[in-house]
Amino acid sequence: MPSTGKSKEKALLHGREYIGVDKIDGPLIFIRNTHPVGYRELVECVDAKGAVRLGIVLETSKEMVVAQIFEGTSGLTMPDTRVRFSGEPLTISVSEEMLGRVFNGLGHPIDGGAPPRGDLEMDANGMAINPTARQYPRDFIQTGISTIDGMNTLIRGQKLPIFSGNGLPHNELAAQIARQSKIRGSDTGFAVVFAAMGVKHDVARFFTRSFEESGVLENVALFLSLADDPSIERLITPRTALTLAEYLAFERDMHVLVIMTDMTNYCESLREISTIRGEIPSRKGYPGYLYSDLAELYERSGMIKEHKGSITSLPILTMPNDDISHPIPDLSGYITEGQIVFEREMDGRGIYPPIAGLPSLSRLMKDGIGEGMTREDHPHLASQLFAAYSYVKDVRNLASVIGEEELTPLDHIYLDFGKEFEQRFVSQRKDEDRSIEQTLDIGWEVLRVLPVEELHRITEEEIEKFYGK
Amino acid sequence: MKNDRIIGQVKRVNGPVIEVMGITDAMMYELVRVSDENLIGEIIKLENETAIVQVYENTTGIAPGDPVYGAGIELSLELGPGMIGTIYDGIQRPLEEIRKISEIYIERGISVPSLNRDTKWHFIPTAKAGERITGGAILGTVQETERIKHKILVPPEERGVIESIVAEGEYTVEEPIAIIRRGEETKELTLMHRWPIRVSRPVKQRLPLDLPLITGQRVLDTLFPVAKGGTVAIPGGFGTGKTMAQQAIAKWCDADIIVYIGCGERGNEITDVLTEFPKLVDPRTGRSLMERTILIANTSNMPVSAREASIYTGITMAEYYRDQGFHVAVMADSTSRWAEALRELSGRMEEMPAEEGFPAYLPTKIAEFYERAGYMETLSDRTGSVTIIGAVSPPGGDFSEPVTQHTKRFIRCFWALDRGLANARHYPAISWLESYSEYLGEMSVWWEEQVSPAWQQDRAEIMELLHREVRLQQVVKLVGPDALPDTQRFVLDVCSLFKNSFLQQNSYDKIDMFSVPQKQVKMLHIIVTYWLRGSEAIKRGATLVKLRKMKVYQDIIKMKFTVPNDDLSHLDTIEARLERSLSQLESVYA
Ligand SMILES: Nc1ncnc2c1ncn2[C@@H]1O[C@H](COP(=O)(O)OP(=O)(O)OP(=O)(O)O)[C@@H](O)[C@H]1O
Ligand SMILES: [Mg+2]
Repeated sequence: MPSTGKSKEKALLHGREYIGVDKIDGPLIFIRNTHPVGYRELVECVDAKGAVRLGIVLETSKEMVVAQIFEGTSGLTMPDTRVRFSGEPLTISVSEEMLGRVFNGLGHPIDGGAPPRGDLEMDANGMAINPTARQYPRDFIQTGISTIDGMNTLIRGQKLPIFSGNGLPHNELAAQIARQSKIRGSDTGFAVVFAAMGVKHDVARFFTRSFEESGVLENVALFLSLADDPSIERLITPRTALTLAEYLAFERDMHVLVIMTDMTNYCESLREISTIRGEIPSRKGYPGYLYSDLAELYERSGMIKEHKGSITSLPILTMPNDDISHPIPDLSGYITEGQIVFEREMDGRGIYPPIAGLPSLSRLMKDGIGEGMTREDHPHLASQLFAAYSYVKDVRNLASVIGEEELTPLDHIYLDFGKEFEQRFVSQRKDEDRSIEQTLDIGWEVLRVLPVEELHRITEEEIEKFYGK
Repeated sequence: MKNDRIIGQVKRVNGPVIEVMGITDAMMYELVRVSDENLIGEIIKLENETAIVQVYENTTGIAPGDPVYGAGIELSLELGPGMIGTIYDGIQRPLEEIRKISEIYIERGISVPSLNRDTKWHFIPTAKAGERITGGAILGTVQETERIKHKILVPPEERGVIESIVAEGEYTVEEPIAIIRRGEETKELTLMHRWPIRVSRPVKQRLPLDLPLITGQRVLDTLFPVAKGGTVAIPGGFGTGKTMAQQAIAKWCDADIIVYIGCGERGNEITDVLTEFPKLVDPRTGRSLMERTILIANTSNMPVSAREASIYTGITMAEYYRDQGFHVAVMADSTSRWAEALRELSGRMEEMPAEEGFPAYLPTKIAEFYERAGYMETLSDRTGSVTIIGAVSPPGGDFSEPVTQHTKRFIRCFWALDRGLANARHYPAISWLESYSEYLGEMSVWWEEQVSPAWQQDRAEIMELLHREVRLQQVVKLVGPDALPDTQRFVLDVCSLFKNSFLQQNSYDKIDMFSVPQKQVKMLHIIVTYWLRGSEAIKRGATLVKLRKMKVYQDIIKMKFTVPNDDLSHLDTIEARLERSLSQLESVYA
């Protein structure tokens, strides 16, 4: 982003250091009587011990500047804090050398190594992609997971979140996807950019180990802002990560998979700031701009015309109270291109991955499956599995009221189908990597439980070719 | 801009809202440029010596003391040939042109004219020198696309005597094509004129709504029809099918022109329209659908203030084409994002909030927007219409929230999307129980006169059946379906047939994606016949199983996929076969 009219005078002012701040409230600092400071300018704040913390300007006026400090304000004192304004927005220095490394939320290495050589300085906030520059995503990614490949297909350049709950195996699934994902007929794998916001150390360790074991660690950049780091740092972490992803995808032609976990923690930090600033909340205390703010992150994925790379993103969020209508999953669902929803009840029955059949959806699936992409029977098969499974749910509800004995013979067959579907199609091992053909074949096998008259969504030719085997 | 004057200096920056001090002359809704970055903004409040400006671009780096320039005009659009087939951002900047300058991303401060200055349009004058004309009169025509003959209008507030008018020939939008005189003053007119986005364009009068907007979507046209010039809300939680419904309507409805506003939604959806529409052929004209479409894109990651403006930009363009005598349909996806933009801006201005943080003037704004729809007699005595179809995205899919509730007060047609249906992949997931159309009465007249005299009766029959099904389902939930007699189970059966083979419509299927009115009427009649005669047969002793085993039953299930719009004869065959099979069945039990 171009910086504002850089007269010499301004440049001088930018070097100026202010000693002492007027107010500290949570992660915010307030300073009076500064030179004219730009909105969203980068702030450097030096504490009494000489350590530098970074922040950005949230509001600026003649009288007062408000800035948020990403490393938190703990230990800052009003008289001894020194503040400098850089006159530039927050930029991240990015390069391919960042793959294989571990960073904090601001992109500073925390793995003991030296800072990687930067290739480009990029604005961490990114810019809106011109919709005319986008390439509509169509390429099928085989994740090796039947419920995803078969029924909620992931497409290269898609943003497909996992809506999970506390204690459910979303990390296992995300790691499995990262390990197994491939584009068929091409052996270029994915570079993985991993952003952790407010998750525990063992979660970070779980991911690192999983990347290590599958030997892809040198293709992964981790940005960790863990549970015991200042909560404000979570606000910048996904932006730093996405900035690197943009660089790798659109400057270096790589296919990038971005995993962001846990978006719920991110949103909570946003709420915290908003509350301190006394903003009028919308639902559940979250700020009215939560939608736009999340969109700024999620919309950074996609594909660009005349560029080879892509950003596919897999945000993970835990639904507070397993409630999908909570503002965080709700607003995410309004922005992303579908969602993979976990169901606690399935997890309880030992089904992995516990992906709920009906509320899960991939909106980009339609253009990425079928003849020439997966297999010609895929669209109708998926549609039939959905329809049949949805009926199973109705029958189960009915049975829970009137008892299984009262069901019609056909309904009993549907119950059998439901069982087969969950146990053979949905369930798989955490290291099981099914090809799309295997997935579809299993789909037909479980459909064979149903009589042919029930298959309304399948053509006669398909019945002949696939069902009749 | 060179002629701009400095109207004040930035005092405070809070996101897209800027306070400007030192104001002496500035006008409400004036177009302004902020700092030497030239960011576009608009004055939205004036008080003593300060003005509140909402900035349509990212305000990063703007600092107190930066100059603010006033353009001396209200935020307005350039209206003239060249809009069709174009994609604009929320304040009418052409995104394709911006891409030529800043490639992948939309950089700030780019200034590109809305209408291309170099394109020469072939103008054919129809007015003559010496004629006395008033605002809205037609000076001549330009063939904008193969199918759209653009009428060049006298700006609504002008009138006088035509002193001269150019001969037929090629002109750019800036070259004078006519001079009009009013008293001592003369004025040059061009192919384009400006109009402020927040002011509705004047018309002669409103006309009663008596034509349906045929959408090609069976559940809409047959159960909940909308009139040309009408207002519709499509509320639904995420992923229930608002965008799909609007895109389907934008593709297949019988309006002359579509204005599609992507307001705070996904970038890829706009790209989807951009890649798909040019390839699709309008069945009525044989031309590409892009030749009747204007796209306005303010995606969710673009500045929220431009999101607020995008709705007005779209509706103003629609009114302009309506004034030329066209039927225009506006898709606004999603009006909730617009309302949220209002909320965010209001919050930043520290206004008192009403419900859920929304400003107290939300209902007024919603009403003003929908009031701009209508079937009108234009200033030039033509008729044209603007139909507004607005998506609503209620938080948590809960229709009791403020935007849905207030919208309901100002629209007359409600297409409610249902999460349960969407989850069961019943698409379009329009609830037949919660939706309604207040246009039904007027539309019945048209359907009966133009399509089939049986329309209203068949429709009423099936609606009643759908309501009966709800009551029966409650019984089933207690005792199971087996406990019902065949006469009642038949109701469930017919309803499920109707849902599967009539209401569900697959937007991705080549044949099923839209249905002409004749096809809808015939399909409906076949199902109603099956219901009426089938119940007779059951009363006489036939069993459900027998009915379902009729060969023709499978044909009915598949007819939506098998019978193309341009050859409906097969539906007559199915109907005849149905009649025959039922007669045979009846004769067995006679
Ligand atoms: N008529 C239809 N035919 C086939 N599929 C449909 C239809 N309507 C909806 N769908 C399916 O549902 C998905 C979601 O639909 P859509 O994008 O229109 O939802 P939405 O209501 O606009 O959601 P959001 O509010 O999040 O934008 C589509 O991607 C498609 O898979
Ligand atoms: Mg949508």
